[in-house]
Amino acid sequence: MRFEYKVEGGDFTQAGYAASQVKKSLKQLGVDSSVIKRVVVALYEAEVNIVAHAYRGVIYADIESSGIKLKLVDEGPGIPDITRAMTKGFSTASPAVREMGFGAGMGLPNISENADSLLIETEVGKGTTLNIEIRF
Amino acid sequence: MKLRDICSLTEGIVVSGESRLDDSVDFAFASDLMSDVLTIKKDHFLLITGLANIQSIRTAEMSDAPYLLLCRNKEVTDEMLELAREDNILIIKSKFSMFRCAGILFNAGLKPVY
Repeated sequence: MRFEYKVEGGDFTQAGYAASQVKKSLKQLGVDSSVIKRVVVALYEAEVNIVAHAYRGVIYADIESSGIKLKLVDEGPGIPDITRAMTKGFSTASPAVREMGFGAGMGLPNISENADSLLIETEVGKGTTLNIEIRF
Repeated sequence: MKLRDICSLTEGIVVSGESRLDDSVDFAFASDLMSDVLTIKKDHFLLITGLANIQSIRTAEMSDAPYLLLCRNKEVTDEMLELAREDNILIIKSKFSMFRCAGILFNAGLKPVY
């Protein structure tokens, strides 16, 4: 089962839509609720990151019997220093993002904590791709 | 503690999810930082916040925290209401500050997540 969602940078009204849809699908499939929570928290944080930092992006969600693979591909500024970006408390978010309740440098660490596997590919000036895997 | 009692103790008004007033909840977490809320492993807790925007509702949805206490009489927008109704999230609006709401409910026996 494969889903695809487009995300626009700066559009906070839609941030979380993909996570919400994936949550509904996983519930229908009878996936354990604690696993669903890990999936949607990781996906929601990653989705907010695209809205907060990138110009646009696409989310691909592949649901298999053994787990879910999420791929978030964005066109944006990229991450110059992944180690710093993964450090709790480090953030380059704008005041507008902070007003939305995010931008405290918790997003990527939160994604990492909920994922069984997280791979970040990034190119400065071009964009970032997150590959997240969570087993059922 | 019943949500009906939480509403009464904080002199709140219900703006969404009135049918859940007889639900019970044991735990609460107070924050305006949604990323912090998203770190909570527990589900079924009351989210006490002063953050009135669509992301506070989304965070409640993702956190499986179906009850939201909005402090300082913050405005609930139409898009917040629409999403809350879709997800069956109870929203109580109180004129009290977050500190006061949390203090009242802690004293009344609602437990902290941490």
